[in-house]
Amino acid sequence: MRKIIYMDNNATTSVAPEVFEAMSPYLTELYANPSSMYSFAGEVGRAVTKARSQVAQLINAQETEIVFTSCGTESDNAAIRGVLEAFPSKKHIVTTRVEHPAVLNLAKRLEKKGLSVTYLSVDRQGMLDLEELREAITESTAVVSVMYANNETGTVFPIEEIGSIVKEKGSLFHCDAVQAVGKIPLDMQRSQIDILSLSGHKIHAPKGVGALYVRRGTRCRPFIVGGHQEKGRRGGTENVASLVGLGRAADLAAAYMQKENTFVRDLRDTLQHRLFEYVPDTLLNGHPEHRLPNTLNVSFGYIEGEAILLMLDEYGICASSGSACTSGSLEPSHVLRAMGIPYTAAHGSVRFSLSVYNTLEEIESTAKMMKQIVKRLREISPFNAESDFAPTKKM
Amino acid sequence: MWDYTDKAKEHFLNPRNVGEIENPDGLGDVGSVACGDALRLTFKVDAEKRVIDAKFKTFGCASAIASASALTEMIIGKTIAEVEQVTNSDIAEYLGGLPKEKMHCSVMGEEALRAALAYYRGEKVEDQEEEHGPLVCSCFGVTEDLIRKVVRDNNLKSVHEVTYYSKAGGGCETCHERIEEILMEEQGSSAEVSERDEPVVVSGAKMTVIEKIARIQETINNEIKPSLHKDGGDIQLIDIDGNRVIVALRGSCTSCPSAGITLRYAVEQKLKEFVSDELEVVEMK
Repeated sequence: MRKIIYMDNNATTSVAPEVFEAMSPYLTELYANPSSMYSFAGEVGRAVTKARSQVAQLINAQETEIVFTSCGTESDNAAIRGVLEAFPSKKHIVTTRVEHPAVLNLAKRLEKKGLSVTYLSVDRQGMLDLEELREAITESTAVVSVMYANNETGTVFPIEEIGSIVKEKGSLFHCDAVQAVGKIPLDMQRSQIDILSLSGHKIHAPKGVGALYVRRGTRCRPFIVGGHQEKGRRGGTENVASLVGLGRAADLAAAYMQKENTFVRDLRDTLQHRLFEYVPDTLLNGHPEHRLPNTLNVSFGYIEGEAILLMLDEYGICASSGSACTSGSLEPSHVLRAMGIPYTAAHGSVRFSLSVYNTLEEIESTAKMMKQIVKRLREISPFNAESDFAPTKKM
Repeated sequence: MWDYTDKAKEHFLNPRNVGEIENPDGLGDVGSVACGDALRLTFKVDAEKRVIDAKFKTFGCASAIASASALTEMIIGKTIAEVEQVTNSDIAEYLGGLPKEKMHCSVMGEEALRAALAYYRGEKVEDQEEEHGPLVCSCFGVTEDLIRKVVRDNNLKSVHEVTYYSKAGGGCETCHERIEEILMEEQGSSAEVSERDEPVVVSGAKMTVIEKIARIQETINNEIKPSLHKDGGDIQLIDIDGNRVIVALRGSCTSCPSAGITLRYAVEQKLKEFVSDELEVVEMK
């Protein structure tokens, strides 16, 4: 495979070499079912226990508060459906218009089944109106589900302030922290969060593993019912190798937290400065300060995102876009639309999301490449600052 | 990742005939930024009515750029009579095919060509507007005539296919029923449409639930939608819960600050007037 510059870490990350190494025995010789009654299985069971403690440590929770799942989406489903089942008389939930589809599409589905849902709006920088939140929560609100940080723009919500309002109004607080884990220090002992979702493949563990933090004493019915695994809170034989990988990745995430907020942030800021320096008519999407250290979402005027991505791909650079054309849907990103970003800008948006494995050289060469690509596509585009494009008909 | 052919990729990376001809004989602008793609086609014709040069400018994805590049290559050297025969499937074929979700890019090419040919014949823009028939999809501004044309030219059978080829129905989806009607008219029993309930005839003073729903939908369609369409907006009936009518605003309505007022005064009043005094309108955000 040719060399790639990978800047799509909010989509997924590489499996860290240390993680792969830790997993490897559990994909080969240590294959026993951890529930079985022989010492061969005991060894495997201890690996799962260790992984649980590693994940608990990353977010300063107790081991008994960690439930392993298959992914972030399962964690979100388990949290929201689990709470709704535990409080059958409460028929209302509150969430935001910018959530991940794992929450948003679940909410829409529950709505069809008779649940009422309040979707909180965001402003131009992607921030919530906390008064709107306060007013939205009623006695019949089973759960408030708000993401920690947005996957598309990196905008970080004031989660503890939100949590205080939710608690004050007597509801439960679920937080999809899939993008925040490893980038923002989380301390569940001092948090207002009741239930938190996290995912392995965003922190250099493999795909197909996640976890749910459920604060001790929180009522939440199991989502996947089966065997006694996870103390009956999530049935199904443990995906041991991936859990071991998640545990090791949690260790690494804690170790790299500082680097994410210094080295990676600097790389991101350099990329941002270069792009604004090199390319006119460029717009930053998301909050300039309250933002994940690794995420940069920029709109380039007059051109379309998919075309940018395919040109980047020619140079082995991997990024993503909120353009309609990349998703197969015809509408641009729901997040950018909720923020009121003009359609033009939404169609021309590109997201670069970095990791500790990126280098300054990669940043500099990507910025130079972007300069050329934007120039080339703008030469092809009929639009510019004073374009006279006049459709004879819309299509 | 889209599965583009090597030829489509090559035309995207090295587009032919980019630019704009000054004082062109043919000029066609189609699409808009809001829709996500737009194309300006210009061409020059010699005394023998042969296209001697053609240029394009495209805002859009890789397949939109490749389709426009292919189109210019296809028409240069051809007579006007020959150019008139070029269709969207010729453009797609020239590129060795396009992913089905991207067929609308080739249709945009053909649309620009039609517009440029009309310009060449000296037809005014307003004349063209009238010929395209009523608007079916207000999200992407697709007319009935264009939908009928893509259905016939490409032997389309389902709403999904119509969306892939024309974008119609790709937004709020309220026009899906109308597209199905067009499909049935054009394709008869081979059209793949969803099953429909038989209309229920109810007599007596008190409305049944079904009748109430039907009357609410009818009022929205006949009394409310037309005025919203004028401003580029749309409304969709989401659900009816007792006397609560849950609706969603689409298109330009969603970003319109007066949306709340629109609902309270226009929608609710109309529903109260035409259906029942007890109705209350709630917006789904």
